[in-house]
Amino acid sequence: MDQIIKVALSVNGRPQELTLDPRTTLLDALREHLDFTGVKKGCDHGQCGACTVLVNGQRINSCLSLAVMHEGDEITTIETEESAIIAALQDAFVSHDGFQCGYCTPGQICSAAGMISEAKRGMPSYITATLGDETVRLTEAEIRERMSGNICRCAAYPNIVHAIMQAAGAVP
Amino acid sequence: MRAFTYTRARDSAQATNAAANGKATKFIAGGTNLLDLMKLQVEAPEQLVDINRIGLDKIEDTPDGGLKIGAMVRNAVLAADLRVRTRYEALSRALLSGASAQLRNRATTGGNLLQRTRCYYFYDTTKPCNKRNPGSGCAALGGFNRIHAILGTSEHCIATNPSDMAVAMRLLDATVATVKADGSTRDIPIAALHKLPGDTPDQETILAQDELITAVTLPPPPPGRQIYRKIRDRASYAFALVSVAAIIDQSGRARMAFGGLAPKPWRVEAADQQTDGDAIADQVLQGATGHGANDFKIPLTRRAIKAVLRD
Repeated sequence: MDQIIKVALSVNGRPQELTLDPRTTLLDALREHLDFTGVKKGCDHGQCGACTVLVNGQRINSCLSLAVMHEGDEITTIETEESAIIAALQDAFVSHDGFQCGYCTPGQICSAAGMISEAKRGMPSYITATLGDETVRLTEAEIRERMSGNICRCAAYPNIVHAIMQAAGAVP
Repeated sequence: MRAFTYTRARDSAQATNAAANGKATKFIAGGTNLLDLMKLQVEAPEQLVDINRIGLDKIEDTPDGGLKIGAMVRNAVLAADLRVRTRYEALSRALLSGASAQLRNRATTGGNLLQRTRCYYFYDTTKPCNKRNPGSGCAALGGFNRIHAILGTSEHCIATNPSDMAVAMRLLDATVATVKADGSTRDIPIAALHKLPGDTPDQETILAQDELITAVTLPPPPPGRQIYRKIRDRASYAFALVSVAAIIDQSGRARMAFGGLAPKPWRVEAADQQTDGDAIADQVLQGATGHGANDFKIPLTRRAIKAVLRD
């Protein structure tokens, strides 16, 4: 008989308990078992970024992680009402028209929230000129490099970049 | 994905013991490569041992001025560590050039060393592949082999090792520490960790099934400026066609390691300490053979070497 495992985790501040086949990805647990359908399934292979969520504040591809690996973790999805930066990004994406079809948008926004936090913590990128610099300036080029794990097939990239720049500046 | 038994280990002894129970077992850390392959049934372990709660996630100074990196240190954390950024710039830059930020937040030091090739035919279960299905043949030879190896190949396999991190670690003469279920440990020079394909391309490393990587140790950095230059088909989030990790001292003498060229991080020690790009390229590219679509890698490597010397 196939193994069944209990998992307790928290999604957008609310505790959740699940009984899962260990094959269930975090993405499928969120969408199919908990009805957080704001999290999108694009490629299901970690190539497109549509499934990006925050786990304990870090952005990850939820399609490439098993739900059972996240016992006790705090997951944040686009549905959160508690994140100032995600709210600011949502407003900025609307005002800059940072999408066409909108399918990649929840992943873009969760990824941008993680990216802005990484920049605040001084994490460098491949194009950072001096790796020893502990202050990151989120230029257009830096944002494009740091967001390269999120694909937009409508190619709304210029507006996505501008939306992120606005939100990053707006939230201290 | 095929069904498997899931076990969560609390320490490395529990993990290695679980892996020694006779089932076909994989340790899962970040899982970013393993789960991808399991979805395609390229990998179909009977048991997964989750090592995300076993610790081994510290970066420590060693008494001789080097660094000991726990196997569970995430790629993003290692790349952002100030000691790595200032003393091992080639490693930090190599890590940052690899994958995407989301993947680097999950991928681990030990897992990165054990990631599988991105050869399209290895991923495509409808095609022959000696690495996935020994004895079935190699579809890359005579197939579309733009990303494939020009050095260290065999008539059975021309796949490359895709890691950027491992190339920098090869340059820096890293040592890989492991432990097995019986408690025995060993320190493996990174040059000896990966095997060339020969007639067993399915065997990529010298590790036993119950052998867990616990740490990677870097000796003190040699003097000189460190560079990681990666050449690829798009500017970000792509594997290397050719990559060069280099340390160049004040008098212009270089040591280099290469990615994208071979089934393992490639370094030719005999080419160390030279200053002339053509002389280095002649030695590094000795025996290099293209397979059609990847012939360009031979002149590209020579030009990359010269560009790095000018950086």
